[in-house]
Amino acid sequence: MCGIAGIVKTNGQSPELELLRSMIAAVAHRGPDASGVHRSGPVGLAHARLSIIDLAGGGQPMSIANDTLWITFNGEIFNYIELRDELIGKGHSFATRSDTEVILHLYQEEGEKCVERLNGQWAFAIWDAAQQKLFLSRDRLGVRPLFYTRTSDGLVFASEIKAIFANAEIPRELDLQALDQIFTFWVTLPPRTAFRNIHQLPPGHSLVFHRGNIRVHRYWSLGCQIEDAPAGEREKQLSEDLLNLLLDATRIRLRSDVPVGAYLSGGLDSTVVTALTHYLVGDRLRTFSVSFEDKEFDESAYQQEASRFLRTQHSDVACSYEDIARIFPDVIWHAEQPILRTAPAPMLLLSKLVRNSGFKVVLTGEGSDEILGGYDIFKEAKIRQFWGRNPASRWRHLLLKRLYPYIESMQRQSPAYLKNFFHVTADDLASPFFSHLPRWTLTAKLKGFLSADVLAETERDSALARLADELPSAFSSWTPFRRAEYLEAAYLLPGYILSSQGDRMAMANAVEGRYPFLDYRVVEFAAKLPSQLKMKVLDQKYLLKQACQGLIPDSILKRFKQPYRAPDGRSFACSSYASDLLSPAQIERDGVFDARSVSALHAKFKSGRATSVKDNMALVGILSTQLLLQQFVHQPRGSSPWSLSTFEKCAVS
Amino acid sequence: MESKYVREVRSFVVANYLLGREEGFRNDDSFLELGIIDSTGILELVSHLEETYGIEIADDELNPDNLDSINKISAYLVRKVSVLIGHPAIGREAVSL
Repeated sequence: MCGIAGIVKTNGQSPELELLRSMIAAVAHRGPDASGVHRSGPVGLAHARLSIIDLAGGGQPMSIANDTLWITFNGEIFNYIELRDELIGKGHSFATRSDTEVILHLYQEEGEKCVERLNGQWAFAIWDAAQQKLFLSRDRLGVRPLFYTRTSDGLVFASEIKAIFANAEIPRELDLQALDQIFTFWVTLPPRTAFRNIHQLPPGHSLVFHRGNIRVHRYWSLGCQIEDAPAGEREKQLSEDLLNLLLDATRIRLRSDVPVGAYLSGGLDSTVVTALTHYLVGDRLRTFSVSFEDKEFDESAYQQEASRFLRTQHSDVACSYEDIARIFPDVIWHAEQPILRTAPAPMLLLSKLVRNSGFKVVLTGEGSDEILGGYDIFKEAKIRQFWGRNPASRWRHLLLKRLYPYIESMQRQSPAYLKNFFHVTADDLASPFFSHLPRWTLTAKLKGFLSADVLAETERDSALARLADELPSAFSSWTPFRRAEYLEAAYLLPGYILSSQGDRMAMANAVEGRYPFLDYRVVEFAAKLPSQLKMKVLDQKYLLKQACQGLIPDSILKRFKQPYRAPDGRSFACSSYASDLLSPAQIERDGVFDARSVSALHAKFKSGRATSVKDNMALVGILSTQLLLQQFVHQPRGSSPWSLSTFEKCAVS
Repeated sequence: MESKYVREVRSFVVANYLLGREEGFRNDDSFLELGIIDSTGILELVSHLEETYGIEIADDELNPDNLDSINKISAYLVRKVSVLIGHPAIGREAVSL
């Protein structure tokens, strides 16, 4: 795991060495073990290394074929051993034991299609000197980040946007359409990012930059089985197949020359991953978790129970309201986009605990909810659909109250209000976005806080229309359950779960997350499963639970799903920097939000009167946008706390 | 009497849900249609009414007919408090409203 950066010039000059060094210094937190820069002709590649595989021989940028193929690579290729053997059989000879060199040889053998053979999580750039071509690629599901921008004289790319901004000539400007999208979907629609003209390579895509032209193409897409044939007698076999696949996905994710630990949240998914890892490595596994001082969010009892059951050596870090407020500026510095929840903050504390415990690699359970029917939004959509078929029913809506037993305010709602909040009118039922209407409609109310100028600007381009334009052509023919799954896996997963809450918070402390549920074989298997095996009536992740009986404590297998949440707006009630950033003078100076509304919202929090979901999302969204402006646009924070001196030993070729 | 409720409730709604932006907001405007109040916001409103006016709002009264606009809330409060005034267990504070 590492940080990468690079420049290709089209004006006949070479990239400046100091600029390349500044770029990689900006992402040094991703790879503090070593660094290197390669510059040759029009190209410059840079690399900050977190040494995990082939500690002695895996330095980068790396080359083969008499220095005609160069790579800078962030990530892991978990099937590199099998690919290496296959390539040796075809006559390739290797100078290292690294997965990095395998990518180069595979590219030499198969060209751009090489990515289709990789099982892993990656963002890399290959410079093909013979063809004078840059080849960028990002993994199928978007585990690893990769950003790029066009300049007047070439292309600049990096693992994080702050490395691109190390180039002072690249404008730093908030993208208002991105804000509109985040204040609807919680994420931007790739390739858009929070900054104007800074693009992300979408998951499952590659990019070729050749003679000044960019070509982006999709090499993989999330599958969907349109027909939902009942599983019948196949259920038992499918359950065994799922377990075997997950076991193999975990096995190859233990390939590492440094110790591997696991996150253990106390929920089903991380407990399953820990159980499979325990099965493979025995009792010596180290596990890590976050506990919350506020019992509303705390799951430590389940974490302890899972740890005892699986005989792991467990550590946890306690998170308070004050902690969230204290580290939130760092969270936004690493996330590089506005966020509407504080949930990434505890993940930053967690990765620090992992790193301070001497670990660089953790296995974790993300992805299961998206591909195996875990999210409440799937269940909610099913109930809403059921109610919508008979809106006059006196009891169908009661299922919605059972869905959110942990939300006190839900329990007193009358049918008239529930029907409105949960969108079950005829028009709603006909919408292709039926599953996500309650979430998106509520979130879009945050736009009411935008200043008049910004609102006018964002209204030119409807976020929903933009999304509708880029959906697969068959989308409207899918069942509502499949559509909901797709929207979560294609957008929220890479744009928020794996980035703001995943890669960015782990790599801030040089910790690599590995995700067995996101092995593409598991994802493709899950895409073909009948929906009723993912959610049987209203039983979420039914097949996974069947597959894992006996492997994990019954209490965790049968517990009510509690979404991972953290305290939101309340954390900032007494924060002085929040008061500064939300003050009318600052809000008016920045111009994005309406000063009067923001002041009223802030006052509501300070007096303890703010309780609603909307208020909480609004405060976190506004504060994170203000922090983003402060740190990236108006008064750039410069490079990360890691200074350029980190790179005194920077290897230059 | 009704105008007092209208004034007070409007002040609460403007401060808590409209966050100061009351231009063009009329006392007959539907909270639901305008998306002013979300699911937790309704409970916030109910708590405020119960605490301020010394009433208890039963679950079956928690519906848009009673609570979906300034005027509807005001009319509901008039009905509710008039019932309370006739109740022997209710103190003078409620009556004085």
